[in-house]
Amino acid sequence: MRLLLLLPFVGLLWVPFYNRELPALFGFPFFYWYQLAWVFVTALLTWLVYRSEHARNVVEDEEAVR
Amino acid sequence: MNGQGIHWTALAVFVFFFALVTIMGFVAARWQRDPDSAPGDHGKHLDEWGLGGRRFGAWITWFLVGGDFYTAYTVIAVPALVYAVGAYGFFALPYTILVYPVVFAIMPRLWQKARAAGHVTAADVVYGRYNSRPLELAVAVTGVVATMPYIALQLVGMEVVIKALGLTGEFPLAAAFVILALYTYSAGLRAPALIAFVKDLMIYIVVLVAVVLVPMKLGGYASVFQTAQADFAAKGGATGLLLKPSQMLPYATLALGSALAAFMYPHTLTGIFAAKSADTIRKNAVFLPAYTVLLGLIALLGYMAHAAKLTVATPNDVVPALFGALFPAWFAGFAFAAIAIGALVPAAVMSIGASNLFTRNFWKAYVNPGISHEGEAKVAKIVSLVVKFGALVFILFIPTQYALDLQLLGGVWILQIFPAVVFGLFWKRFTAGPLLAGWLVGLATGTGLAFADGIKPVHAFVVGGDSYAVYTGLFALLVNIVVVLLAQPFVRGRPAISAT
Repeated sequence: MRLLLLLPFVGLLWVPFYNRELPALFGFPFFYWYQLAWVFVTALLTWLVYRSEHARNVVEDEEAVR
Repeated sequence: MNGQGIHWTALAVFVFFFALVTIMGFVAARWQRDPDSAPGDHGKHLDEWGLGGRRFGAWITWFLVGGDFYTAYTVIAVPALVYAVGAYGFFALPYTILVYPVVFAIMPRLWQKARAAGHVTAADVVYGRYNSRPLELAVAVTGVVATMPYIALQLVGMEVVIKALGLTGEFPLAAAFVILALYTYSAGLRAPALIAFVKDLMIYIVVLVAVVLVPMKLGGYASVFQTAQADFAAKGGATGLLLKPSQMLPYATLALGSALAAFMYPHTLTGIFAAKSADTIRKNAVFLPAYTVLLGLIALLGYMAHAAKLTVATPNDVVPALFGALFPAWFAGFAFAAIAIGALVPAAVMSIGASNLFTRNFWKAYVNPGISHEGEAKVAKIVSLVVKFGALVFILFIPTQYALDLQLLGGVWILQIFPAVVFGLFWKRFTAGPLLAGWLVGLATGTGLAFADGIKPVHAFVVGGDSYAVYTGLFALLVNIVVVLLAQPFVRGRPAISAT
């Protein structure tokens, strides 16, 4: 699941993929709305990882602080 | 709101909100206090003053970390850059998206180590892990030096809006900073944490109003982008709504390098250490991107300035000029107050982060190893005053360009502590010597390249006739890590103090 956290890096650092004007959305060129969309996608991916790890993390946190 | 002289309506609104947060700043000393502590004990432990008692839950952490990460200078500088160069200035967006997976993967672990051993700073964690005073000092000094110009830039942000209100002279800025210094001294991290609520609410209102109303006045987003496009086409050079092919690699490396550097700064880490649990930090990594939406919209203010046909003396005046031109005076005053308060929160956290470093990793390490908790809190409070006073003197007497240059170098430098701070959290094989060597070589490489380029963030490498420009800080980090990996097999380290 942690690998999901790598997707934003691929999506945002591969600049030639999104350095274009079309398709536009609500007047926003692709370059802009694509990157803004990654805000939501990244939050979603992080949440999925958070959820999948939650039980394990609780145990790890308790051990670490003890 | 155009023209000379003081804008009284705007100023009145501004002063009202500034006074409100000042009161909150002083009241904050009593907020989120440990119910079990004796009344007289409060504020006598560095954990209390410098980390707000380490009891900030998910909401407070969200406001605090967001509040000290997205600063007044961000609100001024990002639109200014986008106004000036277009797409290239937008790298702040991927940067502030990528930072959260990094936070999610690394910071809960750092928090665990810090909490288990009572560490207050990153340099504490490094000393606990590697038992090396030189490496601890390297991390601490880098943190303090990188933060000072950052505080100065908050003053630049405040200066810009004070000027937009029509006030002249240096007194208003100095007065605002003295107020900030006093309540930070008395309330510690609780002051910016509490003020961050007000700051963010105000910034959110301002930005939402701006991104809805401004395009309505200017003919919609398509028209905003088109006017900007036309202006860039007329202006020529490396500007435009899209990146030039030569800008793509700098764009990506700046975004990645900045994302790795962001949570190496003492002020962002202070927010992390103050969280009440590692899970608080994980939750924040999920929800902090909400701030990035805001940042993306703030960046677009740069294009709106084109659509509004503004002419400004310097790009930094773009945001105040936009609000001044398009909104009634009272709302402009509200927006300026939001930006100025947006300078107070990070400036306070930065000075606290720097004071914590000085107290723990210099004063306790070299001057008074037997210092009590109460003594630590005292030293930190005094240092926080010195740090802020230093930043004020800097901005009043030294050209702003130096602060900008130093801030840029600070970004390159702070990135060089990444291996020292992070590697030990995940791998056991690393020792202090190689990490110190990597830090030194990375620092020298980054600083050398930056100076050779005339203090530019990006260095062009020529490989086989082609030119590849990359973020200098990221390249220096790469060199740093290579040095660490090459040196490590030849060194046997001393055992760590704390277990694992």
